[in-house]
Amino acid sequence: MSMPFYVAPEQIMKDRADYARKGIARGRALIAIQYSAGIAIVAENPSNTLRKISEIYDRIAFAGVGKYNEFDQLRVSGVRAADLKGYQYSRIDVDARSLANQYAQILGQIFTHEMKPLEVEILVAEVADIAANDQLFHIFYDGTVLDERRFCVLGGDSDAIYARMKESSLLTKLDTAQLSDVVQLCRSALSGPDRQLAVEECEIAILHRSGDRRAFTRLDDAEVNALIQG
Amino acid sequence: MPFFTPGDHPGASFAELLKRVGIDPFQKHLTESTAQVHLPHATTCVALRYADGVVMAGDRRATSGNVISHRSMEKVVSADKFSGVAIAGTAGPAMEMIKLFQLQLEHYEKVEGQLLSLEGKANQLSMMVRGNLPAAMQGLVVVPIFAGYDLQKGYGRLWDYDPTGGRYEEREFVATGSGSVHAGAVIKVGWRTSMPQEAAVRLALKSLWEAADSDSATGGPDTLRGIYPIVASISARGWERIEDATLSHFVDELVAEYHERNQEV
Repeated sequence: MSMPFYVAPEQIMKDRADYARKGIARGRALIAIQYSAGIAIVAENPSNTLRKISEIYDRIAFAGVGKYNEFDQLRVSGVRAADLKGYQYSRIDVDARSLANQYAQILGQIFTHEMKPLEVEILVAEVADIAANDQLFHIFYDGTVLDERRFCVLGGDSDAIYARMKESSLLTKLDTAQLSDVVQLCRSALSGPDRQLAVEECEIAILHRSGDRRAFTRLDDAEVNALIQG
Repeated sequence: MPFFTPGDHPGASFAELLKRVGIDPFQKHLTESTAQVHLPHATTCVALRYADGVVMAGDRRATSGNVISHRSMEKVVSADKFSGVAIAGTAGPAMEMIKLFQLQLEHYEKVEGQLLSLEGKANQLSMMVRGNLPAAMQGLVVVPIFAGYDLQKGYGRLWDYDPTGGRYEEREFVATGSGSVHAGAVIKVGWRTSMPQEAAVRLALKSLWEAADSDSATGGPDTLRGIYPIVASISARGWERIEDATLSHFVDELVAEYHERNQEV
């Protein structure tokens, strides 16, 4: 019988993390940001049918970057968990924090126990009655959860995009910012200095702070065009 | 969080998901006949086609035997943005069925990323009614009406059901519940092809009025408490509930019409 070589646990974890990070770095990024009327999520996505951003529940949206089949599986699990909870208890009992925790459990479990970690980074966003209570949960491939404020960046090259976002003066007055302003900001941050994202490459969805039951709206090409062209 | 492996997941079906996590919303294991117990019953609902879509209406009364158990029940509700469901029968399972049906449509829409076709929605409801058959055999009958605007075909459609889940598409109108004979007759006489929305709303109100006049389980407009039937239209603009103020105005006109009828010639 052949004996497997001994590999230190630190090395195993490091290899897995490197593997996941490489996969995520290949994917295109997305930004979620608060603005006057809710939360806008802007993603670079050349496909018009395979979505990165979607609705989970009344006031909760999901966004994922990395390997599509993996984050889509997580998305559907989230919809199932939310609908089940809302059915068994009440619609107001479904919240982003609990979903984010459940996602973190799954990602953490897979990261430590499976051969291959999930090559994804996901966002669970919830819009509240007032901006101070909005929630942006950024969850990593290993189950780490970050509770972000104002905006968050997911995906490949996120450090550079984060730095570009930080430079903007708009960040200090997000509570009065218009949708077109934050979309322009996200688009230029995602594009970087060397290129400009085309309208068809922008996937945009919004969580409206309007008080309607279903706060999630996806913008179609014409609406995105109108926002970007001004 | 339910996490299924590919090839072994419940798909976009919420009912299937419930089954997989061990929840059975329809009580199939009732031991004794419940027909003797006076449970709240919901009564008359109608739906009719008009030029831009469909109008649905239902009275507000629920009865347990000869007692009025609720005066402001909502039996006509939107199933999603482009369809509505109206329910007659035992109130408990009927309300549960509505809740499940609404969830099922929303669940499908979110999982699949697009709306279910109108035909698909009608079919889903059919399966739910069939799922309730064992309870129906013991007296807990639920008979819905389903109506909506078909976005692919560009017109309103409506369906009638029987307690076994039988699904029948109608071209003009449907009526269900204890007052359906009276309400149906009124609509049958007054219905016109491509009638405008206002005429359809008036006709629906009149049909419920006549049903309430002849059937004790159907409630008429309750002007004392300000409770009016629920009337809604579904068109390309989606589900729109008709305001009570508008209905109150139409009811006043209806009353005037009956007064006039009693004048000597």
